[in-house]
Amino acid sequence: MSSAYAAGQPLVRVEDIHTYYGKSHILHGVSLEIGTGEVVGLLGRNGVGKSTTLKAIMGLVRPSRGEVRFEGQAITGVPAHRLARLGIGYVPEDRRVFRLLSVSENLRTGLDRQGVSKVRKTELLDKVYEYFPVLAERRHQAGGTLSGGEQQMLAIARAMMLEPKIVLLDEPTEGLMPRMVGEIRRIIDMLHRDNVAVLLVEQNVPLTLEAGQRVYFIEKGVVRHHALTSELRVNDAVIHQYLGV
Amino acid sequence: MGIPVEQILIQTINGVVTGMILALVASGLTLIFGIMDVVNFAHGELFMLGAYIGVVILAATGDFWIALIAATLVVALLGAAIYLTTLRPLIGRDPLYTILATFGVSLVLQNYALWQFGPVARKIAEPFTGQFTLFYLDYPWYRIVIALLSAAIIGGLWLFLKFGTWGIWIRATTQDRVMAQAMGIPVPWVLMGVFAIGSGMAAASGVLFGPLVGVNHVMGLDWVLKAFIVVVVGGMGNLAGSIAAAIFISLLEAYASLWVSPAQAVIVSFVLLILTLLFRPTGLFVPTPK
Repeated sequence: MSSAYAAGQPLVRVEDIHTYYGKSHILHGVSLEIGTGEVVGLLGRNGVGKSTTLKAIMGLVRPSRGEVRFEGQAITGVPAHRLARLGIGYVPEDRRVFRLLSVSENLRTGLDRQGVSKVRKTELLDKVYEYFPVLAERRHQAGGTLSGGEQQMLAIARAMMLEPKIVLLDEPTEGLMPRMVGEIRRIIDMLHRDNVAVLLVEQNVPLTLEAGQRVYFIEKGVVRHHALTSELRVNDAVIHQYLGV
Repeated sequence: MGIPVEQILIQTINGVVTGMILALVASGLTLIFGIMDVVNFAHGELFMLGAYIGVVILAATGDFWIALIAATLVVALLGAAIYLTTLRPLIGRDPLYTILATFGVSLVLQNYALWQFGPVARKIAEPFTGQFTLFYLDYPWYRIVIALLSAAIIGGLWLFLKFGTWGIWIRATTQDRVMAQAMGIPVPWVLMGVFAIGSGMAAASGVLFGPLVGVNHVMGLDWVLKAFIVVVVGGMGNLAGSIAAAIFISLLEAYASLWVSPAQAVIVSFVLLILTLLFRPTGLFVPTPK
């Protein structure tokens, strides 16, 4: 399928998507692009449709209009479980680890799929356990018994089991202790080094500016502005304008 | 009172035997409820249909075990078909829709059986006719075999859920259907698989239990009613709870019938159901919710 996907095209292209929740119009035409291996931030106030944008890419919310493309292929309306297998990892806002499954079982939900050799499975697990030693320590413990920060690591590690080309990361630092923010930063950098793209929704603006290359500003369901983080680090007027901080 | 010890022991064995069969029926029901949020009113009819298919295949092949396996597989496939045609379009809607739909399916299956096999009860011959002496009784070995086989099937289900990839998928889907999808788990297939497994288990218990009672088109009613009590008392969707509740209720009824007739002993189940709903609606055999 990647034959039609020419180099230089964005990995994910969202074109003018509109979504409704019941009768309320949530997204009024969101368009954005994420390149291969690129870390892109999505900033905006609460309730402007950031999470909905991620859900629409993941196939959990179906846009009534517009299109989502992944590696050049239209994926609007494709069920989420197929998208996960194509290489879209999703780490939701509230982490949503499988609370009654052990840590290793949580990881197996993404690992046990066709076409992954036993050797590859071991490699992936070893990599994650090496990176998150605390998960290795607690591999037999139920997901629900982990602390908030550990659950966040598990949610990210679980998405990594899919060998994703992009990870949709929804407010990873929310509710975590300040020292965990550095940890999240380290994880995003690691994904970036592995050439995994990240679409990051965050309230923590400094983290987004440090970890990302570009940022989209979303307001009332529309992308209003987009900029390189290198520019925003020197001129933060736009941030004041859209976030009021 | 002065109940002889022998009688108590005999009733204990009776209670455990019935309890295991009931656990087999109820675990299919609770599995389907736990993962799909579907209250399957057709479960008793799948049990009944399993017994009838067992009758037909036993007549054709003369082998009880072939009949047991074939009936399980046929009804599992039927379950998959029922899921695809009747339930899949309703998943995610108000539970009332699936209750009505499965109730409709139960009426169709019941009347199909009446039309196809007539009102006269059929008999499944026991695969073992041997008996052993239990105090003053000649106790049939077959009853013990039923209990062991039910336990083996439930044990197999448990191992499958605990260690198999599909088992992990099923448990993940039970806990968070949306997140399961986002992890690449083919949730629609998992749901169909669960309905098929639950249906197959109902059929297996129908064939196993067939030799003890006659096979007729309403045999499912009693069992499904009891299975529902078990599922509620055990905690809706809780497999281990259902098994514990099945044995507990069957033992209570068996002991109660030391004093009253077995027909009256059924009252014990309903009293337990009412008490559970009043004082512990999440189920007797689940940890206290925090």
